[in-house]
Amino acid sequence: MNETLTELCAGLRESFPEHVGEPVVEFGETSVRVARERVLDVCRWLRDNGPFELLADLSGVDYLGIAPDEDRFMVAYHLYSFRRNERLRLRAFVPDGDERIESVATVWPSANWMEREVYDFFGIVFEGHPDLRRILMPDDWDGYPQRKDYPLGGTKVEFKGVMVPPPNVRRQPSSTTTGYPGRIS
Amino acid sequence: MGLEEKLPSGILLTSVSKFVNWARAGSLWPATFGLACCAIEMMATGAAHHDLARFGMEVFRASPRQADLMIVAGRVSQKMAPVLRQIYDQMPEPKWVLSMGVCASAGGMFNNYAIVQGVDQIVPVDAYVGGCPPRPEQLMDAILLIHEKIKGSDINARMPVADGR
Amino acid sequence: MSAREIYVGGQEWGEVVRPAGGDETLIVNMGPQHPSTHGVLRLVMELDGETVVACTPVIGYLHTGIEKNTEVRNWTQGVTFVTRADYLSPFFNELAYCLSVEKLLGIEAPLRAQAIRVLMCELQRISSHLVWLATGGMELGALSMMLYGFREREKLLDIFENITGLRMNHAYIRPGGLIQDLPESAPDLITAFLDEFPARIDDYEDLLSDNPLWLERNTGVGILEADDAIALGVTGPMLRAAGVPHDLRKVQPYSGYEKYDFEIAVDEGADCAARYRVRMREMRESAKIARQALEMLPSGPVMVEDPKIAWPAQMSLGPDGQGNSIEYIRKIMGESMEALIHHFKLVTEGFKVPAGQVYVPVESPRGELGYHVVSAGESKPWRVHMRDPSFVNLQATPHLVTGGLIADAIASIASLDPVMGGVDR
Repeated sequence: MNETLTELCAGLRESFPEHVGEPVVEFGETSVRVARERVLDVCRWLRDNGPFELLADLSGVDYLGIAPDEDRFMVAYHLYSFRRNERLRLRAFVPDGDERIESVATVWPSANWMEREVYDFFGIVFEGHPDLRRILMPDDWDGYPQRKDYPLGGTKVEFKGVMVPPPNVRRQPSSTTTGYPGRIS
Repeated sequence: MGLEEKLPSGILLTSVSKFVNWARAGSLWPATFGLACCAIEMMATGAAHHDLARFGMEVFRASPRQADLMIVAGRVSQKMAPVLRQIYDQMPEPKWVLSMGVCASAGGMFNNYAIVQGVDQIVPVDAYVGGCPPRPEQLMDAILLIHEKIKGSDINARMPVADGR
Repeated sequence: MSAREIYVGGQEWGEVVRPAGGDETLIVNMGPQHPSTHGVLRLVMELDGETVVACTPVIGYLHTGIEKNTEVRNWTQGVTFVTRADYLSPFFNELAYCLSVEKLLGIEAPLRAQAIRVLMCELQRISSHLVWLATGGMELGALSMMLYGFREREKLLDIFENITGLRMNHAYIRPGGLIQDLPESAPDLITAFLDEFPARIDDYEDLLSDNPLWLERNTGVGILEADDAIALGVTGPMLRAAGVPHDLRKVQPYSGYEKYDFEIAVDEGADCAARYRVRMREMRESAKIARQALEMLPSGPVMVEDPKIAWPAQMSLGPDGQGNSIEYIRKIMGESMEALIHHFKLVTEGFKVPAGQVYVPVESPRGELGYHVVSAGESKPWRVHMRDPSFVNLQATPHLVTGGLIADAIASIASLDPVMGGVDR
């Protein structure tokens, strides 16, 4: 991680000492963990001081079963700064059963549809979002398809007299999961 | 055409029937129902290199009311299925449906919650084209199959309607 | 709106409108089946006469569940899924996905593979812009543009078929490199195309650039200034047409782009005409890059050496059709047990990718195409999220369209160049 990002992350930690973790550099990318209660303020600080003008991506991940000492859902914010030509990832964890987080649509309007998509697929409610409703699934759809406990939903297909089930329930070659290195940072 | 209702069945000569079928097959106007990648190949089939105009089909009618053939080109999602049915219902008789690509014919590689596993669950299909996406030549082959089907059909018999009337 | 009964019995329109309250707006639904909405996009527009007062895009009519499908297939099979997301530029989908997998694996594709990837991507950028030009021209009334655009595209599709075997949705770029090398006939085909292409673009510019009708329909229409664009996350030609010289191929180069000499197409207009000029220039620059890539093509393998990752099959045309080449079968069945085991493991289970997450953006014809890939250490992805540029750019539709006429809405959306496969995935 180069100096500008190091300085920036240090400044960020000073402004939000209990809510922002140590920056982690992995595969050449910098990630910072943010507590979900202060996500809006942290994003506003980053947009103004980074300046991280572009929210490139807002995505959700469901860690059901592989990171037992972490909250189940993670919302990742990928930021880009034109002036510094730097990228930064923010990670905010959201627990199962209390899937709420503040919306950053007031900071970056591009978050509007991105948060609707995460709501549609994971069921995470973004508080303060101007128009939170489903975006890709039909409006009356039941369930949140991208969650790990939502089935793939395929139908059995007949091949030469044998009914082959969809890929998620077929016999799989055995593999051991090494477990996600859930860094508490 | 309405001819069938005007005259009692059996009176029309086979040569008139052949003429009517030839006219129908010769200017079969497709309705634009391009959804995904197959739509691009459908547009390429209508373009200059693989010319659909030589079959009288270069006018892709936007309004289903003016179309005879609905080429379902692409994957049909659960949200799109009612729209597909509505467009099919809006087309006047006689109408034919061509299911283009494996996604329209059988769900394709997307065997999951989001894609209807074959449009024949929603509309009656006359011809299926395999391929992901099918080459323009394959699509033209299927269109010619439908032309043969039209030319061989008997206009004295009522066109089969989906609810079995 | 309160419920009111209005009797429409064939009287003059003014007589209908007056009792209804002449200042009421009309809500009109455009799509999802519509000739001009670039695929299954639905626009619910509130109109005051012909002026658009409000516009809400409704998407999801092509949602395919690609992201969920990649979680039940192994890493190599994921290529065939993601390639169908943005179906007008499948190489870019494959490239971004493979770059993210390679980043997680900590490997780099060989130099020849990188150069061929650049070559194919730039040719595909030209073909994607040709579809934009063809459909955009057709929607605005320049019907001959449709035929010209698809004529050039056919030549490009012939090139792609020669190299990858398929016209679209190729699954050619794989993690570790490419599935197979360029055939011997490919460089001549590509050179023949590149030789005559600049003259063709000159033809199209003669047809459209100074055409008063084209300029009338596109100048001052669909204005999106730079700060609005950045706030809305818009990238690609739309951002460059607003004056921001941001192109990931120059700013954060990948796959060897720093070796090639080309310019970023920028324009200050921020309207549809500016985007038209930007994309025409991008086509010329892409032809330049493709020519340089072809001339500077290094020799060597096209797949990484590691036998635990490299896709094992070497295909060739045999007496009974296409299949594995005889030498390869002799090697795995007779000579090397280890090669057989690797082949077996790779084809049934696939390679394992170390745990972690990456975000890799590339510059697709529509903007920044990014892949956020999370691996749990298995042979299948844990989560693949596509940051598709069309999805984010389409958010700007109300900005472009409100206040203008319906016909301008068509021009604005055409200049956005959305591909619904990428929007809905």
